[in-house]
Amino acid sequence: MSDHHIQLPEGSIEKQTNTLNLGPTHPATHGVFQNILEMDGERIVSATPTVGYIHRAFEKIAERKPYYQITPLTDRLNYCSAPINNIGWHLTVEKLLGIKTPKRVDYLRVIIMELARITDHLICNSVIGVDSGAFTGFLYVMQYRELVYEIYEEICGSRLTTNIGRVGGFERNFTETAFTKIQKFLDEYPAVLKEFENLFTRNRIFMERTQGVGPITAERALNYGFTGPNLRAAGVDYDVRVASPYSSYEDFEFNIPVGTTGDTYDRFLVRNAEMWQSLSIIQQAMDKLKDLPSDVFHADVPAYYLPDKEDVYTKMEALIYHFKIVMGETDILPGEVYNAVEGANGELGFYLISDGGRSPYRLHFRRPCFIYYQAYPEMVKGAMLSDAIICMSSLNLIAGELDA
Amino acid sequence: MSLTNEHIKNRLVEKFGEALTNFEESYGIMSFHAPKEINLKVMQFLYDEEDLQFRFMTDLCGVHYPDNAGAELGVVYHLHNLVQNVRLRFKVFASVATPQVFTATQLFATANWQERETYDFYGIDFVGHPNLRRILNVDEMDYFPMRKEFPLEDQTRVDKDDEMFGRGGSVGI
Repeated sequence: MSDHHIQLPEGSIEKQTNTLNLGPTHPATHGVFQNILEMDGERIVSATPTVGYIHRAFEKIAERKPYYQITPLTDRLNYCSAPINNIGWHLTVEKLLGIKTPKRVDYLRVIIMELARITDHLICNSVIGVDSGAFTGFLYVMQYRELVYEIYEEICGSRLTTNIGRVGGFERNFTETAFTKIQKFLDEYPAVLKEFENLFTRNRIFMERTQGVGPITAERALNYGFTGPNLRAAGVDYDVRVASPYSSYEDFEFNIPVGTTGDTYDRFLVRNAEMWQSLSIIQQAMDKLKDLPSDVFHADVPAYYLPDKEDVYTKMEALIYHFKIVMGETDILPGEVYNAVEGANGELGFYLISDGGRSPYRLHFRRPCFIYYQAYPEMVKGAMLSDAIICMSSLNLIAGELDA
Repeated sequence: MSLTNEHIKNRLVEKFGEALTNFEESYGIMSFHAPKEINLKVMQFLYDEEDLQFRFMTDLCGVHYPDNAGAELGVVYHLHNLVQNVRLRFKVFASVATPQVFTATQLFATANWQERETYDFYGIDFVGHPNLRRILNVDEMDYFPMRKEFPLEDQTRVDKDDEMFGRGGSVGI
């Protein structure tokens, strides 16, 4: 051999894999997740996710806050569907205190929670589209998220971190405008959703990009603690709304859509199907509301529900309750309660230990994202780099909830 | 046949006898305490038995009771029988001096990160865990922030008396 060969550094031929650091601020990672990927060419040999970049110690902060001040903390968990978190927390406190809410409150809550579920799903699904290179669908549905945010704004005054509702019901009654806008949403969104589905579900490119990507079997999904659309895509029809109904979900007729393979495509389809179900639930709730008195929007629990400002100025009891609630003088009962609601991306649980003080002794959020993400290395093993991105978006990971 | 809390309790007592204590039912969920040495045995029993089938781990978290000498650190498991839709809670306790508890990762893959989180917050050392390191906080941290001895507010402050703000005394929690 001649000596014109290039001298390669020691070991460079043997080294088959490269390390790729994806995130924590990569535009395609939907938040601050870091993934250290070991790549063999374009294929993923192993993935090591790192989380905690926006950890804000909510559980610790909650140990210092009166229960009503914990609502804003829950807003910042899954911020794509903040009202579900708020109402889930209120339901937990109500369960502990034994508060029974009027039917109208339940139905109003159902409307809000289902609207939140739709906004969460439409963002997730349209972002799966964006990650596969189709931006159009995202634009189609985005204006309807805007409309839902207007509805929130009409009800509670804020849009993203809603802080919607109070323990016992809502802070104020829904206005006529709110109902008009909800009806507008119900009238207009089906056509948009249909168009969105037409754009994606039978689209050859989209199917190629998502079918068989990031699959998980029902058995593994259960072992990993999956819930929500990600579990249902694998074929298990577990839904908290049906298994242990809360907020009068037992009064509504709806189906639980399930998939078969548990891949990205099925997760997409399950979410789409759920949006149709949610629309039907909202319509049913709107119909039921017509038969109920229109002035009930909270339970009659003066010790826990902030009184009307007018009463605070004129009635002694209202002033006392107002003071006690605002100063956090109201003790909550000692006890332990675990309460779960069907969040937009799975079972959102609140485990609350109260020692009888003004704030929880211990509050633990069972955050579905945190549970899903640990299965990610297994799901993307052997997949392509671009599959890793689309698999991540189809899991509907929200950094705020993951890191709490 | 639907699975009742009574039946679960009987089956557990039959199997483990006096070892399990503090059976109680609050808000529909039965809970009990188990010695930390047999946490896996209890879990495996609940998993395997045909009439129990608690095959879904919903949640795992820690609690700190600083006044409970010798058993300051608690680990709370929430299990779920999805078929019959029955939930169950059980707790094991360890002392701060020997915070060793067996890991549930062999039975439930979901326990992996939740145990890391519990370790991160409370310093509970899950024996046999494949990768027990901090998950939400930085690796360099040398304390366990969710323990009650770490107050949220600056303890050197003199301008604010906690008694005026709900929690008794001037020591923050």
